[in-house]
Amino acid sequence: MSASESRRNAGRYDCIVVGGGHNGLVCATYLARGGRSVLVLEAAERVGGAAATQEFWPGFKVSSGAHLLHLMPEALMRDLGLGARGLRLAAERMPTTALSVDRAPLWVDAANPSALAMLSSSDAIALPKYSALLRRLGQALQPVFEMTPPRLGTDSWQDRLTLLRLGMRLRRLGRRDMRELLRIGGMCVYDLLDEYFETPLLKGALGLDAVLGTNLAPRSPGSVFTLLYRMAAGSALSVPRGGMGAVSDALAKAAVDAGVVIRTGAPVERILVHEHRAAGVVLESGEPLLASVVISSADPKSTFLRLLGPEYLDAGFVRRVGHLRARGLAAKLHLALDGLPQFSGLDVSALRGRLLVAPSSDYIERAFNHSKYGEFSEAPALEVTVPSVADSSLAPTGKHVLSAIVQYVPYELTAGDWDLHRRRLIEAVMRILEAHAPGIRQSVLAAELLTPVDIERQFRITGGHWHHAELALDQFLMVRPVPGAAQYRTPLDGLFLCGAGTHPGGGVMGIAGRNAAREVLKSRARATMSIQDGGLTC
Amino acid sequence: MLTESEPHYRQPLLKTPFHDRARALSQVDSFIPWSGYTTVDVFTTVEQEYFAIRNATSIYDLTPMVKYRIAGAEATRYLNRLMTRDMARLVSGRVAYTAWCNDSGHLIDDGTVFCLSATEYRLCTGERQLDWLLTSAVGFDVEIEEVTEEIAALSVQGPTSCAVLKAFGLEGVERLKPSELAHFTAPAVLALEGPLMVSRTGFTGDLGYELWMRPADAERVWDGLMEEGRRRLIRPIGSRALDMARIEAGFLLPNVDFVSSGHTLRIGTDRSPLELGLGWLVDFKKGHFTGRRALLEEQRRGPRRRLVGLDIEGNEPALNALLYADRTGRRQAGSVTSASWSPTAKRNIALAMMDAPHIERGTTVWAEIYLNRELVWERRMARAQVVERPFFSPERRRATPPADY
Repeated sequence: MSASESRRNAGRYDCIVVGGGHNGLVCATYLARGGRSVLVLEAAERVGGAAATQEFWPGFKVSSGAHLLHLMPEALMRDLGLGARGLRLAAERMPTTALSVDRAPLWVDAANPSALAMLSSSDAIALPKYSALLRRLGQALQPVFEMTPPRLGTDSWQDRLTLLRLGMRLRRLGRRDMRELLRIGGMCVYDLLDEYFETPLLKGALGLDAVLGTNLAPRSPGSVFTLLYRMAAGSALSVPRGGMGAVSDALAKAAVDAGVVIRTGAPVERILVHEHRAAGVVLESGEPLLASVVISSADPKSTFLRLLGPEYLDAGFVRRVGHLRARGLAAKLHLALDGLPQFSGLDVSALRGRLLVAPSSDYIERAFNHSKYGEFSEAPALEVTVPSVADSSLAPTGKHVLSAIVQYVPYELTAGDWDLHRRRLIEAVMRILEAHAPGIRQSVLAAELLTPVDIERQFRITGGHWHHAELALDQFLMVRPVPGAAQYRTPLDGLFLCGAGTHPGGGVMGIAGRNAAREVLKSRARATMSIQDGGLTC
Repeated sequence: MLTESEPHYRQPLLKTPFHDRARALSQVDSFIPWSGYTTVDVFTTVEQEYFAIRNATSIYDLTPMVKYRIAGAEATRYLNRLMTRDMARLVSGRVAYTAWCNDSGHLIDDGTVFCLSATEYRLCTGERQLDWLLTSAVGFDVEIEEVTEEIAALSVQGPTSCAVLKAFGLEGVERLKPSELAHFTAPAVLALEGPLMVSRTGFTGDLGYELWMRPADAERVWDGLMEEGRRRLIRPIGSRALDMARIEAGFLLPNVDFVSSGHTLRIGTDRSPLELGLGWLVDFKKGHFTGRRALLEEQRRGPRRRLVGLDIEGNEPALNALLYADRTGRRQAGSVTSASWSPTAKRNIALAMMDAPHIERGTTVWAEIYLNRELVWERRMARAQVVERPFFSPERRRATPPADY
């Protein structure tokens, strides 16, 4: 019996992972593969966090958080054996269709711009060039995701080497692309799109990808950066059979196969500190659980301010955590439909992909304007999927589910609260859907709207941001989530972060979890703690 | 106080409640700004005032000291996370000198904490700190407000100070031990509006007390003390005389011996409590406090520099002198932060920030002193020795009850 097994049998673990979202599960799996005994504690009754499938109406299931899989690297999925553990894709390389009320829908495909050529021949020529540039720049950034961000201003060779590698990587782009990266890196996507294209419908569709899930609009500086980020992570869209929860189920299987113990329905109340080290956790039930390392996949604000508490942290650090921009600005709308929605000018194959309601850059910008003042637009931008077209397991035969990201929806309303305005927002989205898919309103059996406040409550993410913290240059790489916790370690010995709030962010990518596991395994395994339960300040 | 009819921009400096009394006694009209107030630099001569501190009784207007009321159910926990000292051990009726740091373990300020009850404290500091105090309050059930203008303060220091206070009518004041505080009922004839809080604290390193009162009572207390202290040679003093005494006592002055890490702009000018010789204020054994991690690391690494006391040959104060490892002045070893001739110790003393190899007691360094000989300047390399601080610490500072004069 190995040392780690004997500890586990004694009810103690080397590592406790707080939160069984995708990053928590990935992290736990790699820790277990590295020889650690690992316990994952998930507050909800099922693992998965925001990569979950939920029945929101009897017989109707939907990916309640993220609804597309496109950021998780194939290598990671292969390494974890997700395919062998039952993960099947219902749709891959999903097409994107831009909807318009006054013209035919536009099939947006850089590899096949023939549909676009009918609208604008110059756009049809520009689109492959634009896509190729973004792909090249994105690929140059991609290795950044896999690395632990360097600390700045240290004497450590490791940090210098990491910075050097990053520089070399960019240098290898060549003079022209490097210059282009510097030029457009801080730009707004609105201007970039204007340089390449003339068709508003195309610009709206491409612009929406840059700002989905962010607190940016096309004219916000830095919106090219978020686009590059998305390109770096991967751009081929897919949906798993059974919804995003299937990803989590496969991840959980991989974790259990690696020896991880998963406890669901076990919300953590606080992180235990003993002798200035994380020593375990106390569940809301009052049960203490000990471990020499605690890894939190919860968002940084929850981890530091609620689970740990400012008392164990320096005041300046707490201030930085408090200043972390972590308010979500996207909502999810789920519809249970009596039949297949009929989108004007679209056949059913287009419904296997995603539909965008963002007819121009200005449309998105106008929708954003309201959110700046704590309001929401009556004409929000939408990313719509009808996952039941490709996956009949989600709805009863002949019936369908629709899942839409609604942008922009503020966490806090200036006037009134969400109880007061929930119906009005659903109504606004329904009006837009009705304009594109006449008759859809009559087929709605049930509607569920998750505002950022609901997302906060349902997925336990402070602020309800799907990346836990806004992804932007000021919260990126070595300053994500905040300096002092950007290398997955935290100021408290034995406490690590592995969630979306760390580099390289969320979006069902899993890389943060793997990077964090690497750092935990690297941290010298300290002498097993020999503290007595009674010695803890429970 | 901003209570007069003039608009604030016409009176950029506030007047303390003792201002009229001080102005009446000022012979050289030398006032300086201090924390937004105008205060006396010198009343008569520095020497005369200095000897009041050491040989009789001095009174010094302390009102501009910045004061905060820190109260709430978690006030103790809050202070313990803020301060480097273990504040849980500070009991009601006692005062503690302590320091606080930023995350990198650099000193923000030092000050005294008065424990008024288990849930109420008063913090006295040299500079305003509300931003940091509020930043540190996140997550604690505590209320913090500045009460500088609500409390007038007078420091009564010197070997006869206890006798003066007794004569003034503070019965039992002789039983106050160093760092204790108590509330007294002043004699009825004074007709004070509020109680008088007295703490056995001070900045002179001598026997002494600090009186905390309502601004409305300030002049009556001043008058009463001056009246009762006449026989014991009471004398109001300004900041310059106090400065001589505090250098003898080895106390630090912000912006003189260190610059708050909240204000520094240049790299390498921050100072940690360990560097400033305040290691005895840092308690690594208590719970977490801001800067702990950085200070532990610094302690592990060993000091880069340290504030030390110097005994310098000759009698010319080594003001702002650069210090060298050798007489030729080629290798700099540090620099003087405060310097004075000590009339009591009869030594030429200084506080100096010294680089690591020169911090051990007994080390000899050389001070570069510039002498003004009727506008003919001379440079002198004076031999200086690293010595123990304080330079002066009389038994009467600690004796309870103090000797009666």
